[in-house]
Amino acid sequence: MLNQHQSPEIGSRKKNAIIFFIILIGVLYITRLFFLQVLDHRYKIYAESNIQRIITDYAARGLIYDRNGELIVYNEPYYDLMVVPGQVGAMDTTEFTRLLGITRPQFESRLQTARSYSRFKSSVFEKQISKDIFAALQEKLFKYPGFFVQPRTLRKYPYPVAAHTFGYVGEAGPTDIAADPYYQPGDYIGISGIEKHYEEILRGQKGTRIVMVDALNRDIGSFQDGRYDTIALAGTDIYASLDIELQQYGEQLLKNKRGSIVAIEPSSGEILALVSSPGYDPNLLVGRVRSQNYRKLQEDTLKPLFNRALMASYPPGSVFKVANFLIGLQEGGITTHSRYSCPGYYYSGGITVRCRSHPQPVNVETALQYSCNTFSCIQFRNTLELPKFQSMQEALNTWRDHIVSMGFGITFNSDLSHELPGQIGSSDYYDQIYGPRGWKALTVISLAIGQGEIGTTPVQLANLAATVANRGYYITPHVIKAIGTPENLNPEFIEPRYTSIDSIHFETIARAMFETVESGTGRYSRIPDITMGGKTGTVQNPHGENHSAFIAFAPFENPKIAVSVIVENAGGGATWAAPISSLMIEKYINREINRTWFEKRILDAEF
Amino acid sequence: MRNQFNIFKNLDKITILLFLALIFIGWINIYAAEINESHTSIFDFSQRYGKQFIWIIAAILLGLIILAFDVKFFPAFAYVIYGGIMLLLIGVLLFGTTVNASKSWFQIGGIAIQPAEFAKYATALALAKIIYDTKSKIKTFKDLIKPVVLLAIPVMLIFLQNDTGSAIVFSTFVIVLYRENYIPGWLLLLGIFAVFLFILTLLVNEFIIIGILSSIFLLTAIILRKKPASIRQLLLILLVINTYVYGVSYVFDQILQPHQKMRIAVLIDETVDLRGAGYNLHQSKIAIGSGGLTGKGFLQGTQTKFSFVPEQGTDFIFCTVGEEWGFLGSSLLIILFLTLLIRIILLAERQRSTFSRAFGYGLASVIFFHFTINIGMTIGLIPVIGIPLPFISSGGSSLWAFTIFLFTFLKLDSRRLDLL
Repeated sequence: MLNQHQSPEIGSRKKNAIIFFIILIGVLYITRLFFLQVLDHRYKIYAESNIQRIITDYAARGLIYDRNGELIVYNEPYYDLMVVPGQVGAMDTTEFTRLLGITRPQFESRLQTARSYSRFKSSVFEKQISKDIFAALQEKLFKYPGFFVQPRTLRKYPYPVAAHTFGYVGEAGPTDIAADPYYQPGDYIGISGIEKHYEEILRGQKGTRIVMVDALNRDIGSFQDGRYDTIALAGTDIYASLDIELQQYGEQLLKNKRGSIVAIEPSSGEILALVSSPGYDPNLLVGRVRSQNYRKLQEDTLKPLFNRALMASYPPGSVFKVANFLIGLQEGGITTHSRYSCPGYYYSGGITVRCRSHPQPVNVETALQYSCNTFSCIQFRNTLELPKFQSMQEALNTWRDHIVSMGFGITFNSDLSHELPGQIGSSDYYDQIYGPRGWKALTVISLAIGQGEIGTTPVQLANLAATVANRGYYITPHVIKAIGTPENLNPEFIEPRYTSIDSIHFETIARAMFETVESGTGRYSRIPDITMGGKTGTVQNPHGENHSAFIAFAPFENPKIAVSVIVENAGGGATWAAPISSLMIEKYINREINRTWFEKRILDAEF
Repeated sequence: MRNQFNIFKNLDKITILLFLALIFIGWINIYAAEINESHTSIFDFSQRYGKQFIWIIAAILLGLIILAFDVKFFPAFAYVIYGGIMLLLIGVLLFGTTVNASKSWFQIGGIAIQPAEFAKYATALALAKIIYDTKSKIKTFKDLIKPVVLLAIPVMLIFLQNDTGSAIVFSTFVIVLYRENYIPGWLLLLGIFAVFLFILTLLVNEFIIIGILSSIFLLTAIILRKKPASIRQLLLILLVINTYVYGVSYVFDQILQPHQKMRIAVLIDETVDLRGAGYNLHQSKIAIGSGGLTGKGFLQGTQTKFSFVPEQGTDFIFCTVGEEWGFLGSSLLIILFLTLLIRIILLAERQRSTFSRAFGYGLASVIFFHFTINIGMTIGLIPVIGIPLPFISSGGSSLWAFTIFLFTFLKLDSRRLDLL
């Protein structure tokens, strides 16, 4: 029997309509799949980024040892919590934020920041998470897809000294990243000191690994058997020329004082100690507390960030007589036979320079020994007014050239960062002030005793001591002795740089400096069993108490150490700077201090 | 008489082949989606794929049992079966186990049974019976009451189980009602238009839609300015539609739960909620989209292997097909479904009995609805509604229910000459 309910044509029409509708949906879906699967290539990339996580293996930064092989800078591990925003899935945000100790809005805003950097590259979510948080997080990490921990290292300084020399490490900024494609946001870079100068040696080579992760953020092996991975190469260790014990002792001696100590090994130019006081603990400028501590140090009125040893420019005072006498002897303004009597002052053309009472008359050696101002002024004027000079300008420029050959008025361009040149006036300088015919030797007579328009830095003064110790040359003062192994000496700083003064004159001056300590202004600081040459200086300071200055080298015959010491607002050179120098020398040569009362007086002093 | 006992006699071989192809495709894709590194055997019964093998064997046995029934049993016991399942639906509300917030499972030993899956079958039977029993040629509005009540009961019960997805499936029976002259074509079209407008309203600001519709009305009004009567009619229609649009948007704002709103919002841009409602869809699209033309190969899908798509063995099984078999594989699966649907419709049309035809259409409608919603949601055309892909998704209840459904129809078809 036929269906009694309807005519066949109507049924057939409806059947066709339904079949048409079914096919319509099928075509729609296949079209959609065509767009999704064949035309749109984004999803392939999404799928890859879903399972790939690029992990940077940060290279361990090179370690730093002192000249005796003592470890002075090393790395301490810590962890950064990283996030790949595109992989962040459903998770218990409340638990997560509580674990990290952050608020929900903080969580969202950090995620937003990370997302605006890249959806598929990782960025730091929380820096340097504490050990406790790391332990708690490590176990639950699988519950937070898209998050992972990245091991990093921070600098650690077992001796809290030499901060200025070490410099510090920080995150590469936009300019660093623009300048060198090696750096990525989050990388570390040496910002000052050794860390900056030796950055490329210390940093090593970071590596990248692509690992595959599943939806639960679990590591499931390397991508394509590590075909695209690069191995991290640890940075090279370096050997600083510092004697960390001497450095530490120097900082101790300058405690509660402002000033600096520079100690150099004359034969190599290696800096044994570079003290700037007040200083700071290098551990303060490490990790997440760095910027905060840096701001504090910056705001400190005593300017602990300021490296006095390299940057402070002082008139050298009587210490500079060493350089001036050398020039006088070289140019013939005086000879070793020149003798003058000193009435207690130098007077000429309305200018008076006072002197102290001392045995009469004086020659070049005794003048240095007693720091005679009268002799200094006479010899300086004699030299500048020598008939061989056609003009005052020529005379002064000749003097200046000699001074520069001893390392003043210039920077050494060594591995010391933020060196300043100080200031040694040229004839142009005086021409500008007085006019080309408006000045003569007497106008600049204060230079004779290291005062006036002259600025020298402590490292330059130590270098002068080293130059005398070497009897006429110096090697660029530097702070890195060797690279990689202790034997592989730093090739940059080996060449001796001869001054324009003959070594015979250095012999004279060195002997004079020896006498200065034996029986002259520095005798109070004589060390019983060490021969030593030195020169005191009392730097007149119009703003307050005089600065105390001293340069020295020892032992006299075979010098191992040259020192300069400046103590600001402390008074005479013989009273403070000379004892500190002698203690540094005693410490370095004998490794111990026998004159404990002598030492105690310095340690207790405060300025 | 010997033929009377040959249960395989006159069985439609094309449908059987399609059925076997689909369950096989389902099984290997479940294996790919759920493979456990330490239990790699596809017959490992501790794993979903091993269990699915048992479900498949059981389903085929169930199919054979269905074939052994006397064909007259189905129309005769249609209401009884319907009544029995409705009791189960009530029972599950009282004694059921809650899975994924839906209280819709009976836990019997190691097996979980979801009565809602069987309710579709029972409803199709009962609906066919009502249609068969209604002898009037021209269906009136009064004739609609019985079918509507019949459908409303399981819908309500399943809604109470908090299984919205399964409840919505029953709307597919309007296709049967359309085919059997209970609903005119224009009403069905109107319904589709209403659903379209509904989704559009959720996706686009309602005032933009109202603005566009009003502009169209203005233009038409200018063209028809000579016929004020038509304009009045149009104005009425416009008012009704605009009220509807506004109403939908109001309902969306006021009544839908936040998670339901989000499921719709992510259709436009899944990144608005990548860690919530958008996550599934996003990962699903990545899985399918990354399959490319030919796919990554069996067991090579990274999205699949590393479990980026939740529910991949069940509701999101199509992702595995898309990722590992590519555009060609997924298109083939869609074509297999279309072929099955069209085949069922053609078989239904050749029935002498209204009961068998209506039942056949019921079967086609339910498969079609599941197919459309399930695949539509994985490719981001339809909000995420958790219903399985027939014969493919892992799980016993769904497979058994659809198998019983299909084999009942095959039985009816094989004995179509015996039924009036």
